[in-house]
Amino acid sequence: MAAADQLAPPAMLDGFARRHRLRAFEALPWLMALAAYFVFPDYLALGAQILATILFALSLDLVLGYAGIVTLGHAAFFGTGAYTAGILAANGWGEPISGLVAAAAAAGAVGFLSGAIILRTTGLTLLMQTLVVAAMLSELANKATRITGGADGLQGMDVWPIFGAFRFDLFGRTAYIYCAAVLMIGWLLVRSIVYSPFGRSLTGIRENVVRMHAVGSPVRRRKLVAYTISAALAGISGALIAQTAQFVGLGALGLERSGTVLIMLIIGGVGQLYGAFIGVTLYMIAQDRFSTIDPVYWYFWIGLFMIFVVIFARGGVLGLIERARRQMRRPS
Amino acid sequence: MTQAGLETQGLCKSFGALPVASDINFRLESGARHALIGPNGAGKTSFVNLVTGMLKPSAGRILLSGEDITHLPQAARVKRGLVRTFQISALFRRLSLIENVTLAISEREGAAGDLIRPAGRYREVIEEGYALLEALGLAADALRPVNELAYGRQRLADIAVSLGLKPKVLLLDEPAAGVPSGETGAIIDMIERLPADIAFLIIEHDMELVFRLANRITVLVQGSILVEGAPQDIAADAQVRQVYLGERRPR
Repeated sequence: MAAADQLAPPAMLDGFARRHRLRAFEALPWLMALAAYFVFPDYLALGAQILATILFALSLDLVLGYAGIVTLGHAAFFGTGAYTAGILAANGWGEPISGLVAAAAAAGAVGFLSGAIILRTTGLTLLMQTLVVAAMLSELANKATRITGGADGLQGMDVWPIFGAFRFDLFGRTAYIYCAAVLMIGWLLVRSIVYSPFGRSLTGIRENVVRMHAVGSPVRRRKLVAYTISAALAGISGALIAQTAQFVGLGALGLERSGTVLIMLIIGGVGQLYGAFIGVTLYMIAQDRFSTIDPVYWYFWIGLFMIFVVIFARGGVLGLIERARRQMRRPS
Repeated sequence: MTQAGLETQGLCKSFGALPVASDINFRLESGARHALIGPNGAGKTSFVNLVTGMLKPSAGRILLSGEDITHLPQAARVKRGLVRTFQISALFRRLSLIENVTLAISEREGAAGDLIRPAGRYREVIEEGYALLEALGLAADALRPVNELAYGRQRLADIAVSLGLKPKVLLLDEPAAGVPSGETGAIIDMIERLPADIAFLIIEHDMELVFRLANRITVLVQGSILVEGAPQDIAADAQVRQVYLGERRPR
C-alpha cells in the first residue's frame, strides 16, 4: 500500500472525482429566472418572493437533506433575519446589503445557540425542540410590541436603494434582480459545501451516524456548523422578503412557515440541491393560481396536490425525473 | 513486560441489575492476534462498546498504548488508533464503496472539516481509498452502492472502512457473522494478511476461524473473564468445554 502515493487515480474514478464540476443542466434555473424577468414583467413581485423562498428551502435542504436533521422550526431563523433587517430599516438604517449581513449574523447566532442545546437529541425529540425554539421566538416577538409591532406587524420600514443607486420600484424589477443575485451567492455557497469533504461527512452522518462516530468524526460539531450556516442563510432569506415587502409580520416566525417550506422542499425533492428550486416555484405558482381561481378553497387543492406527490412521486419531482430517466435507459 | 496495545483495569458495567462487565482485567499486546469468545450474552460486544467509548463504564480504566482513554470521546480514541468493525454491517449503505472508504480517510486526514474545496480535489484521499480497495480485492466494486454488494463483500467493505483509519488496535466484532460458509474464506484471508503492526481482537463464534486466526484466546462468561491462554490450552480446558464448547459437542 506504500506505493499508493505514486498511483494516479484510475480512470473509473474520474466521474467520482469530478462530480463537483458544474454540469449543463445547472444553468437551467438561472436561464429560466432570466427568461421569466422578460416574459412575465407583471409578476416580478411574486418572482422575487419565489427567489427569496428558494433560498429558505435551500437552507433547509442543507440540514434536512444532507445532515439528516429533522426540523419543524426553521422559521425561527427566517423570522429572526426578517425582524433584524426590518427593525434596522424601521429605525433609520435602511441600507439593504448590511441589513442582510446583520440578519445572517443574528439568525446564525440563534442557530448556533439553540443548536448547541437541541442538537444533542435526534428524531422526534429534536423535532419537538425545534418547534419550541420557533414558538418561543414567536411569542417574544408578539410581546415586544414596542420593537416589533407585535401582532400588527412591523410598520414603517424604509429600505434605501441598493448601492445607493437602485431604488426598489413598484414593479419589483429591482427586488427580482436583488433576490436573484443573493440567491445565486447562497446557492454557490451551499453547492460548494455539499461537495466538500465537510458536506460528504454530513451525508455520512445522515446515512449512518453510528459509523460516523466510529470513524472518528466529531458528529456534534459537524451538525452544529451545518445548522448555524443553514440558520444564517434562512435569516438572509427572511431579510430579503422583509426588505422587498417592506413589512414583517408574526407569520415570519410561525409554524405555518416552517411547515410550508418543508412541504415545498418535499415536493421538489430532499437532499438533491435543486429540489428547493423546483418545489418552491411549483408551490408558489400553484398557490398564486389556485388562490385566484378559487379564493376560498385553494388550500384544499394544495392539499390534494401534496397527497399526489406523497403517493406517486416519492422523492419529489426530482425523484420522478430520476426514475423516468432510469426507465428510459433500461432496454425494453 | 512490554507496554500493552490495549489494556483494561477492573472494567465494570451493568445495565440495571444485569452485569455485562464485571472487573475485566484484559491486555491486548501490541501486534497481538487475540480472540474473545464466549456464549451468547457473555458481554463480548458490550466489551467492545465500552472500550471504544460507545458505552461509559461504571468503574475501571481503559489504556491505549499506556495512555488513559477512559474518559475520551469516541472520536478521540479513533484518532489515537483504536478502531472497530461492526457485527451487523454498519456501512453508508446508499453510498458507493469508494465513498465509504474516503469518508473514513478524510476524517483521519483531517480533511473532513473543509467546507470549501471539493472532495474530488483531495486526490490523495481518493487514491489512497482506491489503493486500499485494490489491496483488498474490492476495487472492481468501487463505484457500486454498498447495499448492492453481496453480503460477504459488505463484510469485507466494513473492514476496509476501518482499515482506512490506519488502526493500531483493531476490534473485529464477528467479521464473518451471517456470511455463507463459502464466502468466509475471503474474510479469513483478509484478516490473516493484516499488517503485523496492527494488533487485533476478534470476537467470533466460529471456532474453526478463531483457532486459525488467533494465537491467544480469552473466554468471557457472564461479563467476567473465565480463562485466558493459548488456543491449545483453551481447547483442552475442562471449564471452557463445559460452559462453551460443550454447547456444540454432539451428545
